[in-house]
Amino acid sequence: MGNVMLEVKDLTTKYITRFQEDVYAVDHVSLKVEEGKSLGIAGESGCGKSTLALSLMGYYFPPLHYMSGDIIIDGRNISKMEPDDIRKSILGKEIAYIPQAAMNALNPTQKVIRFIEDVVQAHDPFMTRKDIYDLARSCFETLGLPANVLEKYPVELSGGMKQRTVIAISVILFPKVLIADEPSSALDVTSQKMVIKMLRNLMENGFIKSMIFITHELPLLKNVTDDIMVMYAGQIVEKGTAEQTVFDPIHPYAKGLMGSIIVPESGLRKVKLTAIPGVPPNLKKPPHGCRFADRCRYVTAECRMHPIEIRQADGEREYRCIFSEDELRKAYQND
Amino acid sequence: MTENNSCLKGVGLTKVFGMGKTRTVAVDHVDFDFCEGEIVSIVGESGSGKTTLAKMLLGLISVTEGEIYFQGKKRDISTHRKKKEYWKSIQAIFQDPYSSYNIFNRIDTVLLDCINMRGGRHLPQEKKVEIMTEACGFVNLKFEELTNKYPFELSGGQMQRLMIARIFILKPKILLADEPTSMIDACSRATILDMLLKLRNETGMTLIFITHDIGLAYYVSDSVYIMERGKLIERGSADEVILNPKHAYTRRLINDVPKIHEEWDLSTVG
Repeated sequence: MGNVMLEVKDLTTKYITRFQEDVYAVDHVSLKVEEGKSLGIAGESGCGKSTLALSLMGYYFPPLHYMSGDIIIDGRNISKMEPDDIRKSILGKEIAYIPQAAMNALNPTQKVIRFIEDVVQAHDPFMTRKDIYDLARSCFETLGLPANVLEKYPVELSGGMKQRTVIAISVILFPKVLIADEPSSALDVTSQKMVIKMLRNLMENGFIKSMIFITHELPLLKNVTDDIMVMYAGQIVEKGTAEQTVFDPIHPYAKGLMGSIIVPESGLRKVKLTAIPGVPPNLKKPPHGCRFADRCRYVTAECRMHPIEIRQADGEREYRCIFSEDELRKAYQND
Repeated sequence: MTENNSCLKGVGLTKVFGMGKTRTVAVDHVDFDFCEGEIVSIVGESGSGKTTLAKMLLGLISVTEGEIYFQGKKRDISTHRKKKEYWKSIQAIFQDPYSSYNIFNRIDTVLLDCINMRGGRHLPQEKKVEIMTEACGFVNLKFEELTNKYPFELSGGQMQRLMIARIFILKPKILLADEPTSMIDACSRATILDMLLKLRNETGMTLIFITHDIGLAYYVSDSVYIMERGKLIERGSADEVILNPKHAYTRRLINDVPKIHEEWDLSTVG
């Protein structure tokens, strides 16, 4: 067992809206990422994946507010720190974040090297320009990016290249945790493959120690990450290794998600896609009982009575359902 | 494939944009033959000319060279009236549901327009409501909840479903779906695809998917056309093209998609 790089205990954050209606987008989430491991987060749009990513950085700005829970990065609790301290000493250095449309984050009027100077000098004001250039150059070369990108303006780069440049900039200070929020969903398949290859490289070359990867594309998660966590309506509903979650899901929602996978493989045409009916619940007024109850095929009256606790299963797996693992498996077999 | 059930046929279809230095051949001598009731996918990366081809099929842009045959006869859209007649048989669903609606029109108006287009202008009000309710029911929407709402009050998935409800009322001969699911997440994608396939089974229309998602093409279609830089490089039945690709470009496209059961080879990145 390696060192635990990121540990989150019972993190709850909420959006406070103008009409005093609070939206609990992250509700008692606990997770753990070890050194050298990557964790994938899957779920529908609007289930709180991106909010969780923002919350993990410990840097909150309205309307997002911190409620309770701990975020521990390599033994250091950052959840109670002042926002200014977090910006100065945590972001970029301990934890880095790649947003979905990262390629639009580059100012078109500056050369790529200026962004790197900005980032490095914010944390180490005494580093000379020459040193920064050498650091950037070696970093880019290890990551398989041509060094002449540094002297270019962002508009001269293609979409995939821009995305990879942003990733390279974000890991220039060797953060311990990298959070990638759908880094490849705006790219075509070939650029996507390059981005994924680069993320793998980062880990192998020691630029980052652990990674959290967020996407709704399950085939991608299965190929990129070691563990997968499935989120639904702000809660974790299933957690396990990638193989287990994809091939042998326990929770009915995870089962439904796996039924909607489309990949160009033989045998796909014989499989019937199973769509999950209905829409996710409104998080302003989440249901009291199981949040998936309205869309679940196996729902009983008891499901709606009280909140469902997370349960342990074999092989360090977790799931949130009122039924036991065996009962669920039996139900799946009967379908 | 006999000549008499050919639904849409193109011979040497070419589209050139610009001239002189900026001359770009977007679609280059493309031949195809779509049968009635067939599900076809046109697959290609961005910039391969697949949307230009779709626009030519719809009659939205002119054809530089080549002919389109509709149901065995040469397509004639020289006047506005003939174009309107043609659009009764070919309809489209586009990528971005948000930009497909007139934001000033209520949803009732959107559906009423479809009824009028099919010649139901003089039907009594109750009958119109009945048709609209049936169409919304087909796509699992509730007409009572939608009535008097504006398109922006719906979610992306709901809008795309309403688009299918339009098609359900119009019942065209050909439906052209230009990346219908690329802006929707993977879970709603299955719902939309199921509805389109169900609609096809009920009406027997020809379904043309324009997509970059080769997995989707494999799942839905009978035959697959692969485009690269305006040229048609491979065509055949879905099993032939996806499981046994002949062209190197097709092989690359398939290799670049992450798989579930097979190992994803990351070493072959260009």
